Amino acid sequence: MAAAGLWALPPLAFLAAFFFYPLARIVGASLDLQALWSGEAFETPDFPYWGRVLGFTLRQATVSTAVTLGVGLPIAWWMQQAPPAVQRLVRNLLTIPFVMPTIVVAAAFTALVGPRGWINEWLMDAWALSQPPVRLLHTFALIVMAHVFYNVSVVVRIVSGFWSQLDWRLVAAASTLGATAWQRLRTVELPLILPSLLSAALLVFLFCFSSFGVVLILGGLRFSTLEVEIYRQAVSFFDLRTATLLSLAQMGITFAVMYVHTYLQRRSSRSLALGVPDAAPRRAGPSRTRPGLTLLVLVLTLLFLLPLAALAARSVSSGSGSWTFQHYQALFRGETGNAFLATPLEAIGNSVRYGVGTMLLSVSLGLCMAYTLVTAPRAVSRWLDPAFLLPLGTSAVTLGLGFILSMGALRTSPWLVPVAHALMAAPFALRVLLPALRRLPPSLREASAVLGASPRRTWRHVDLPLLLPAVVVAGLFAFLTSLGEFGATLLIARPQHPTIPLVIHRALGQPGLANLGQAMAMSAILMCVSASAMLVLDRVPAGLRDF
Amino acid sequence: MYALVRNGLRLTGLAFLALALIGCAASELVIPPPTAEKPAALVLASHDSFNISEEVLAEFERAHNVQVEYLALGDAGEALNKIILSKEAPLADVMFGVDNSFLSRALAADVFLPYASPLLDQVPDALQLDPSHSLLPVDFGFVNLNADRQWFIDHGVPLPSRLEDLTQSAYHSLLVVQNPATSSPGLAFLLATISYFGAEGWPAFWQALKANDVAVTSGWSEAYFERFTVGSGGSGERPLVVSYSTSPPADVLFASDGRQEPASVNVNLPAATFRQIEFAGILKGTAQEEKARAFIDFMLDLRFQEDIPLNMFVYPANRDAALPELFVRFAEVPADPAPVAPQDIEAHREAWIAQWTELMLR
Repeated sequence: MAAAGLWALPPLAFLAAFFFYPLARIVGASLDLQALWSGEAFETPDFPYWGRVLGFTLRQATVSTAVTLGVGLPIAWWMQQAPPAVQRLVRNLLTIPFVMPTIVVAAAFTALVGPRGWINEWLMDAWALSQPPVRLLHTFALIVMAHVFYNVSVVVRIVSGFWSQLDWRLVAAASTLGATAWQRLRTVELPLILPSLLSAALLVFLFCFSSFGVVLILGGLRFSTLEVEIYRQAVSFFDLRTATLLSLAQMGITFAVMYVHTYLQRRSSRSLALGVPDAAPRRAGPSRTRPGLTLLVLVLTLLFLLPLAALAARSVSSGSGSWTFQHYQALFRGETGNAFLATPLEAIGNSVRYGVGTMLLSVSLGLCMAYTLVTAPRAVSRWLDPAFLLPLGTSAVTLGLGFILSMGALRTSPWLVPVAHALMAAPFALRVLLPALRRLPPSLREASAVLGASPRRTWRHVDLPLLLPAVVVAGLFAFLTSLGEFGATLLIARPQHPTIPLVIHRALGQPGLANLGQAMAMSAILMCVSASAMLVLDRVPAGLRDF
Repeated sequence: MYALVRNGLRLTGLAFLALALIGCAASELVIPPPTAEKPAALVLASHDSFNISEEVLAEFERAHNVQVEYLALGDAGEALNKIILSKEAPLADVMFGVDNSFLSRALAADVFLPYASPLLDQVPDALQLDPSHSLLPVDFGFVNLNADRQWFIDHGVPLPSRLEDLTQSAYHSLLVVQNPATSSPGLAFLLATISYFGAEGWPAFWQALKANDVAVTSGWSEAYFERFTVGSGGSGERPLVVSYSTSPPADVLFASDGRQEPASVNVNLPAATFRQIEFAGILKGTAQEEKARAFIDFMLDLRFQEDIPLNMFVYPANRDAALPELFVRFAEVPADPAPVAPQDIEAHREAWIAQWTELMLR
């Protein structure tokens, strides 16, 4: 009890200061200001319209989550049998899209499946067609594709990390008892990995539920999510009342989804002995790898390699058919002569520092939240769990306006950047850490205590090593969340101290092929930075495990 | 085993060291060493596209012993909303980038201090839309159509000469425009068509445009860099885009193949271009009104004004400012932009956008 209180203190203080307070300010202000502003009487909201928007928001999120799981699970399953080096490569490749700015992903998709994209050009050449056969721009399918592109790594990383720690003796026992591979998967492995699966599904659902850029840019006119409507109401129409009401509705739904999730999660969690890395032999079976491998390679190529390749190709294209490195050279010469444009090196430095700050903050907060939830009585944690996740389902526009009202001098301070990024990343960290923490067998801690270890030593030598894979995943996604966050809606941008996404957006603000090329080159640099971060973090568990 | 652990540890240590080094190197680069006497900061809030040459700004900073800090607040509409919202505790001393489609909203919010700069004498009256001088015109530009010169030659299609042409079958699937609800040039083009066809006639025009397969994107960048044949370097499929009359000079200045002439050409349809005027003003609540006034004067003076075109791709408001050669050659000023009053825009913006959205979705 007392322990729960101590653990709960930092995250609750953090949320109170940087989430609930700004939110309360914007809610209060928008209702007042609105009355001042228009002097209109209360208008009945257009319920049928909002109903349609909400319907679409839920539908696309559900479909996107289902497809993302459908793509991610086979990959996660295949990962259990692949050589570690290949695993690492696939995992990292899949994670790169997570940081890419929507506008760049949109450009990559257009270069790939647009009316004059690679695929259509090739098909038209091959079959002498006069019209492009693939018409994906501004369709529901493209929205789902983009969501899968962004989120499949969430499923793969969370689930495969959890999966690899299963006690394989259980699987081996099932095998000895005559279970087929499918039976083993269905009756032993899937039930055991269910908590991580639920966590991943929830995160993907929440990301898609509050999807903004993908729907706005790739979906075109016909599709609108709550988040897009909030932006339109707040920014285009300056109708803060409607925007705030919609934000509250969005948060309400997030809370409800979370509540259901918490319930399911509790029912599915088991604290079972974890696999001991060296003692439990992995199942070997090259015959089982082949179909999985084929599927994987196909999916990966189609979904991930091509858009990224399209993007990289744009960064070395002069725009009139020849190849060139001039965009990279121009970026690094930094010869803009512009008072507010920094060189990419500065942008990389800023992005990395914000990312590391976000990572440290989010993992600490995530750990505190997770320990709070496992130590608090159920009546409390049932409400706290959804509350911790609330920032993920909150509109960035609304929260950003709340910051402007409430943060005083901090509004334009660089310190607010990792704080705001951690608001989005800490709930993510919690979702990754909680299943791992719940699975820790209490017997290990008890044994440690019986042998005379202090609680701190127990934590250091029992909890931490076993949690480490989850901590690394949580840290990585926190870093990537910060790296990819453009933040103009959430925070006040300071172009003198730009981040990588800000440089990309600035470059795409003016016409000219050099600007396009430099934006693409900067995007390729962003891919490299995120890949480097993954390589670095991949080393951490290996270094600390037996320490 | 022991060696393995040691190796792992060493690697981890190296990794963290590398990260730390990157961080330190970056902070060295970004954060200047503290100086003995730090000049006061003058904060300028603007939209994301504000730009100025380093040496021009440095001259001002030296002359007035200030350091100008720039806060980018999103697109034009978003920036103004944030300024209005932070009225009680202003974010900045000076705001630049309110355009004529938001002028009425800005003035009604009463967030600017009047300042009749002596330099307004050098600005044409037609640009001075605010008689109270709370918001002073700094630059202007025109939203028009850009066409792919070569495409129209190759396909033997004449460039459109009237707005009505765009609904003809010759122009089927050629045009890409932006959503007026999320894009400022998109709104400008809609306003131009409303002015041209009148409150009664414009829906029919857009209906016909839709039947003629007009493409709509959410923002200017997507339209220009993804769909426009010239802007995308060939991967887009639309040879006609809603953009600015100053985009062709940028196509030359920011070329990556050394081209001397733009591949795009201005199509200034009669009475169907939209003039966007950008204003600057001093924010109420500033503690440095004198310096803010000096900055407004600086923005209206020739040094800054002549720096505007190639940095922000708009025309300077000061009539004495000389234009760069690229502008003289390739950025033709439309003779007769659509006349739309700011009050009309403020009164009808939402209704027009809602009607347009309904129309294009149906």
